[in-house]
Amino acid sequence: MSTWIQITPLQNIPLREGRCVTLGRKEIAVFHLPEKVLAIDNRCPHGQGPLCDGITTGTHVVCPLHGWKIDLETGMVARPDVPVGVKTYPCRVNSDGIVEINVAATQEAEVAA
Amino acid sequence: MTRKKLKQQLIVIGNGMAGIGCLEQILRHNHNFEVTVFGDETHVNYNRILLSSVLAGEKPVDDITLNPLAWYLEHKITLRLGIRVTSIDPTMRTISGDDGSVTSYDKLLIATGSKPFIPRIEGVEKDGVCAWRTLADTQWILNRTKPGTKAVVIGGGLLGLEAARGLQVQGCDVTIVHLRDRLMERQLDSTGGRYLRSKIEALGVKVLLEKSTAAILGNGHATGVRLTCGLELPADLIVVAAGISPNADLGKQAGLQVNRGIIVNDYLETSNPDIFAVGECTEHRGVCHGLVAPLLAQGKVLAATITGNRGATFEGAIPAAKLKIMGVDVFSAGSNEGGPGIETVKYEDESQGVYKRLFLDGGRLVGAILVGDSNDSHRYSEWLRTGANLSAKRRTLLFPDPIADNGDAAAMLSDADTVCGCLGVSKGQIIEAIHEKGVCTMAQLKECTRASTGCGSCGNLCMDILRAVAPNFEEETKKVLCKCVPFPQEQIKEMIRTQRMKSVQEVLDIYGNGIGCEVCKPALSYLVDVVNCGEHDEDRSTRFINDRVHANIQNDGTFSVIPRMRGGITTPDELRKIADVADKYKVPLVKVTGSQRIDLLGIKKEDLPKVWADLGMPSGQGYAKGVRMVKTCVGSTFCRFGTQDSIATGVELERRMENLFTPHKTKMAVVGCPRNCAEATVKDIGLVGQEGSWQVVVGGAAGKSVRKADLLITVSSTEEALAAAEVFFQYYRENANYLERTYDFVERHGIEKIRRDTVYAPDAIKEALLDRLTKSKNLSQDAWLERDNPINATQFVQIQPMEQPIMPPSPSYLRSSASAND
Ligand code: SRM
Ligand SMILES: Cc1cc2nc3c(=O)[nH]c(=O)nc-3n(C[C@H](O)[C@H](O)[C@H](O)COP(=O)(O)OP(=O)(O)OC[C@H]3O[C@@H](n4cnc5c(N)ncnc54)[C@H](O)[C@@H]3O)c2cc1C
Ligand code: SF4
Ligand code: FES
Repeated sequence: MSTWIQITPLQNIPLREGRCVTLGRKEIAVFHLPEKVLAIDNRCPHGQGPLCDGITTGTHVVCPLHGWKIDLETGMVARPDVPVGVKTYPCRVNSDGIVEINVAATQEAEVAA
Repeated sequence: MTRKKLKQQLIVIGNGMAGIGCLEQILRHNHNFEVTVFGDETHVNYNRILLSSVLAGEKPVDDITLNPLAWYLEHKITLRLGIRVTSIDPTMRTISGDDGSVTSYDKLLIATGSKPFIPRIEGVEKDGVCAWRTLADTQWILNRTKPGTKAVVIGGGLLGLEAARGLQVQGCDVTIVHLRDRLMERQLDSTGGRYLRSKIEALGVKVLLEKSTAAILGNGHATGVRLTCGLELPADLIVVAAGISPNADLGKQAGLQVNRGIIVNDYLETSNPDIFAVGECTEHRGVCHGLVAPLLAQGKVLAATITGNRGATFEGAIPAAKLKIMGVDVFSAGSNEGGPGIETVKYEDESQGVYKRLFLDGGRLVGAILVGDSNDSHRYSEWLRTGANLSAKRRTLLFPDPIADNGDAAAMLSDADTVCGCLGVSKGQIIEAIHEKGVCTMAQLKECTRASTGCGSCGNLCMDILRAVAPNFEEETKKVLCKCVPFPQEQIKEMIRTQRMKSVQEVLDIYGNGIGCEVCKPALSYLVDVVNCGEHDEDRSTRFINDRVHANIQNDGTFSVIPRMRGGITTPDELRKIADVADKYKVPLVKVTGSQRIDLLGIKKEDLPKVWADLGMPSGQGYAKGVRMVKTCVGSTFCRFGTQDSIATGVELERRMENLFTPHKTKMAVVGCPRNCAEATVKDIGLVGQEGSWQVVVGGAAGKSVRKADLLITVSSTEEALAAAEVFFQYYRENANYLERTYDFVERHGIEKIRRDTVYAPDAIKEALLDRLTKSKNLSQDAWLERDNPINATQFVQIQPMEQPIMPPSPSYLRSSASAND
């Protein structure tokens, strides 16, 4: 069983923007950055703000509701200084230009949690 | 037992700027005076200079008071207002007032100023003719003016021009009749005069040169003037501004030496050891000074002399004058004529209306004329005062050092240099006030040193010094945008313009860190849009979510939809559609907003395009830093008090501006009469109708802070009112910092500068502003049309994955964490 799920052609996510995709019951925000694609849980740890709608700054995104800043690579909150974070998901673009997410590892983490 | 020495009686005749200015200085010395002030005006000491601003509607009367009653009380000064001193008895050492009172003095200070010179013209005593010197004159004139009043100003000097301008702002149809071959001939050469004339004419004031008035026409009340050439001009109001003559009569009567004015020496002593004189009533070394700066300098010297500290001297002053008309920069100081041994350096740019001429004698500046651009006047004043040798600067005399902005100008001043020319405050005094009195705001500085309380033109320089020296000064204006693009917005705009940059990313790549953040990206988005008049490369990734989906994000990630309802006007059909949409999409809340329109709250992002299509109404931009709404009142359409058609005007105003972005949200209102039912005076732009005219007001607020809007201009037609609003609107778009509401913008620049740069700017400038507005407007469109043409296929939708993971049955506790949108 392949753990990489095909999501959507890359051009559906404009450069430096995020889009939300629902996989099973998970809302995942996928970001198209100049060098890579990154995926995290869509809901902000502060108050459930939709992170896919945030403005990106480098490899961070700023929540549109109250400005918490989240590191897309680690999922950790970078501003304010609070030790919380969201889940990240391995993400890549395959040779056909399709964005793929690996949910398996995370699902395991989740079940284990 | 020795009796305590009795206090000496000091009487001041004249409650004006020089007399009270001197008294303020006397109070700083150790003195033994009991002071009485006689003034024949009925107002406490006020800033006469600013009568020009009162006449032009730029300042309310309350704002020009210099010494409130409390000041007199605090210093135990007996104030006798409305009493004219009629005679002095120097042997008995008494003075008599026109109220019959006789008061004795030990020391007498004459500060009676000047009176307007009224030429002997037939009929000059007729009702409707007046001079302009006092607050009472100003109020009298204001009571006589209304839009359309025909006015003639006799005299084209500084005062005449400022009078003409004030009258013109009040809506009068103004003609200046001037005897000489050029305006301001005492300050300008003939080329300067020519430039000035075209600027004055561009304001809509007619100028007749080399004409003299033969008679005032009319039976009892003036109806016009007849010139010696035979020409007759109809006029309901005639203001005589033909010069002034010192009020020296009392001095003459007291037996003092008097020529044109009361003669004083370098210590400000008259020929009688107990009598002193200061101000415009004096003549010093053959000169009667008529500007505040030298008069206040006299006051300082006299304060020393009269308190027994004789030593300081007044040695005259180089005449310097600045015209206080917005949009017409004129400065002249020192000599304004060539001559043997005098070299001149000139610069002229006819298309910009700029003319500069400097006069040099042996490498030193002896005179300067600046028309159209007087930004450098301060530098020239300093050179004139210090007599600095400028040989090394010869090539750049007319141009400021390229890197010298205002901040540097402040740094380049020495401590002795004068910053405030009106009140004679030096840089050193300002620094002293900062260090010793803890001054750290402009208001405190004014209070403490009086700097910038005259004509106010040194305000920026004062701010720069404060900024540089005051430890607690809060940096406001020169802030850089953010760490990613560390330049002030002004500079960024200039870079975008000159480098022809069209996208945010370009700016970030060339001048920034290449990345950008949530602060600079939306700001740069705005800047590339406004500088390119909408012809930029739109990049939605740099916009806040509201501007990607044209709706306001809510705390649960849903959106609100406010359709445009121009002027708050709707129809049964529209209301029906709104109701249908609310039903169809199960809209959780339908609310009438505080801005006369209807809000549908709680709509899912993916429903937005469908909702807009069903409504069939344009976007109200309720989410954007852009044009919000124009509120209107009923106005003349139905209201029994309505004087203007506020509804039609408001709808039109909204049409002309809608769909555009602005530095921050822009809210407007139009009301049909001063009852102001739609609160126009607390909006960013407001039109207030009154009988026969509109007031256009700007910079109002009633949100986080409450601020009454400033009057931009009063005009007689609706089209002019709309045009004034548009000119201001575009000026705000181009010059405000991103996220700066008009209430901060107007306060930062001051309404005077804004008026000068907008409604009173030369026509070419106004037209250029309007052209750029039209260009932006033509390229703008209703954002909700993107429902049919999304910028990106997934602009409003969630992405549907191409495949779903094969999920293990998830435990029930996970289900509760599922999203609200599921
Ligand atoms: C919907 C409305 C309240 C209402 O139900 O009446 C509203 C709602 C919001 N206002 Fe407002 N304002 C609304 C009229 C006003 C008014 C009244 C007016 O416009 O005449 C004011 C005072 C006037 C003014 O703007 O100066 C007003 C002053 C503010 C301010 C303070 C602005 C300021 O600089 O003083 C903010 C915050 C800001 O902009 O930074 C704000 C911000 C907001 C925001 C957008 C907060 C946000 O960022 O999410 C609110 C969105 C609520 C939501 O869930 O969508 N709202 N807000 C009104 C929409 C009017 C419309 O039809 O477009
Ligand atoms: C409209 C206008 C604009 C101006 N703009 C500028 C400017 O931009 N820059 C600048 O430097 N200067 C300007 N001036 C000139 C400036 O205001 C005067 O130089 C200054 O006010 C003179 O001060 P003073 O105290 O000598 O006279 P005043 O301010 O005239 O004070 C004299 C006072 O004495 C009173 N008085 C006279 N006789 C008697 C008496 N017998 N008994 C009792 N009271 C008496 C008068 O009524 C008056 O109140 C302007 C003047 C006007 C009118
Ligand atoms: S006042 Fe405005 S910003 Fe505050 S809660 Fe009400 S709508 Fe929201
Ligand atoms: S919900 Fe994201 S910052 Fe508040």
